Amino acid sequence: MSTTTPTIRKRTFPYTLIVEKRVEDIPRWLPAATSLGSVIIAFVIAGIILKFIGGQPLVVLRFFFDATFGSWPVFSDTLVKATPLIMVGLACTVAFKMKLWNIGAEGQFYIGAFAASLVVLIPLVGPETPRVIVILMMIIMGMLGGAIWGFFPGYLKARYQVNEIITTLMLNYVAILWNNFWIFDRWSDAGFQMTPVFERNAWLPRLADYAREISAFSGITLHLGILFGVIAAVAVWWILERSRWGYEIKLIGDNPNAAKYAGINITRNIVFVMMLSGGLAGLAGMAEISGVVHRLQERISPGYGFTGIIVAWLAKLNPFAVIIVSILFGALIVAGREIQPSGLSNLLQGIVLFMVISSDVLLRYKIRLVRL
Amino acid sequence: MDPIIILHAGLATGTILLFAAIGEIFAERAGILNLGVEGMMLLGAMAGFSTSLSTGNPWLGLLMAMVAGGIISLAHGLVTIHFQADQVVSGLSLTFLGTGLALVLGEGLTGQNPPLVPSFDIPLLSQIPIIGPIFFFDHSLLVYVGYLFAPLAWYYIHRTRPGMHLRAVGEKPEAADTMGINVYRLRYLYVFVGGCLAGLAGATISLSVSPGWYSTQTTSGQGWIAVGLVIFAQWDPLRAALGGYLFGALRRGILDLQGPATLFGLRNPLFVNSNFGFFLQMMPFILTIVALVIGSRAVARKRLGAPAALGVPYIRGERGL
Repeated sequence: MSTTTPTIRKRTFPYTLIVEKRVEDIPRWLPAATSLGSVIIAFVIAGIILKFIGGQPLVVLRFFFDATFGSWPVFSDTLVKATPLIMVGLACTVAFKMKLWNIGAEGQFYIGAFAASLVVLIPLVGPETPRVIVILMMIIMGMLGGAIWGFFPGYLKARYQVNEIITTLMLNYVAILWNNFWIFDRWSDAGFQMTPVFERNAWLPRLADYAREISAFSGITLHLGILFGVIAAVAVWWILERSRWGYEIKLIGDNPNAAKYAGINITRNIVFVMMLSGGLAGLAGMAEISGVVHRLQERISPGYGFTGIIVAWLAKLNPFAVIIVSILFGALIVAGREIQPSGLSNLLQGIVLFMVISSDVLLRYKIRLVRL
Repeated sequence: MDPIIILHAGLATGTILLFAAIGEIFAERAGILNLGVEGMMLLGAMAGFSTSLSTGNPWLGLLMAMVAGGIISLAHGLVTIHFQADQVVSGLSLTFLGTGLALVLGEGLTGQNPPLVPSFDIPLLSQIPIIGPIFFFDHSLLVYVGYLFAPLAWYYIHRTRPGMHLRAVGEKPEAADTMGINVYRLRYLYVFVGGCLAGLAGATISLSVSPGWYSTQTTSGQGWIAVGLVIFAQWDPLRAALGGYLFGALRRGILDLQGPATLFGLRNPLFVNSNFGFFLQMMPFILTIVALVIGSRAVARKRLGAPAALGVPYIRGERGL
């Protein structure tokens, strides 16, 4: 790394910008500040576009807050949407730490949901099985399903150096079509494109279930899945920051050559990390059908797998920040269902991600305004 | 199940992949991986469709599709070339951005019928037995453009001076810089060219091959298939064209399997239960994976293919690779 001389732009203006490479450590608050700034700027840009096509940005913004954070029931909706995002965001975090571009979380989510449904639909359990056992089996199956879906691209990457970006993406389409076959054909409920509703013992407990004891809970749809998300965040943090495996993952991500000379088995790590990543996405799929939909059907995900990528990046691959960012994006999904035009939340997500990666330049360079 | 019809349709759908994949080849040859093809295509499909609808002129539609794809690709260019951001993540955000913009601006386009790009026969050539009905009969103008474009792109990249500069920028940018080539400007240029071609590929869908605006279903993953095709084609426009046509024909042939009641003298399970069609629809995606495995093995064996500086930001005055 050579030392760079500061580049100075000549202007008649009495101030000038100096751009220079950061040599000292990045201040602790800066990454969070750039993420926050990115989101705000993205909202402003989206507002300008909305204004441009004839919408009313401020009305939409007001509506956005009312519909997502305005009261306990809508905030609970936001958290319900945040739940799968947390797990999918963690799935992306683990993989991205190793610079393994798993963009197949969407497919792993669907296969996780499918595999968890097998417990009820085959069925693997009797009708009178206690809820704890059914849910536990669904968790295991969901994670296993996602992990298998992550195994294929991981194996192809490790064995034949096949680009995992394309394979994971292609498998998304395959997973959705696979699910469609089963819900259109084998498990169709009286010709509808969905399976019959699961028995109550396959439902994750919701706060609304306790409305009789605590009346404030009535109509609150928040379910146990969010706890899975929090536990998963702690687990991912522990793996990445406290375990030997996490050290290997980060080293491979930062410097694969150094990792190789240190004797780390990169091939095996690729497969394992893809499986862990897939397993987390699969868990999200399980939580969604067991906690919200209560049956397997089409379109169980409004693109959680893709939003998870943005969540992970905006959270700067920090497992706990993933939780906070997920809540914001959960809100976007809740509001996006009602805001017209329907692509707006998609657009906003794209702008947010662009702003985040652009703002990374502030972490690498110092930009100062000085008086000449 | 007529092979001539399958090949004929394969050339039409293959043209979509041809434009998109060659566009991506230009960008990647310059060292910039642009994963936003799907988003640029969708935006191009929307822009072309919408322009043709409002002006009644499909040619303006094609132009606007290219402009839209090109302009949005510059966002990727700025972020990856000047801000040195990760090209994978930036490409993904371009996909989101393009898709989002296309959906927002494409509201209410579904079900409309704008004028389309015309189809016609090539006189004399269409009379040749077998070849004529497949290659020169009742194709959209864009298909004929594709026949000429692929060899031209190959010639440009491999046999002309600007093409050599393009390859130099993607293989060893610091050497190119020393030779007085403006690395930044060329990278912007070819990202833009790639965006234009992706936009054209999108308009090829919405104004020619399967006319209409069906929101995200319009492209249905073909942008990603094109990115995969580039690896399969080992960054060669001619191979990309062949791969695109082959892919188009396979795709059509597979879908045609659903038609007949009997197949090889047996009862056709696809005809009896149409839900087996979901497995047929998986085939293009599975085939892409298979093609990638084949392509990656060839690249690994021959140690050639990927431009050496692909995905690496160029910073003037710093030690390169």
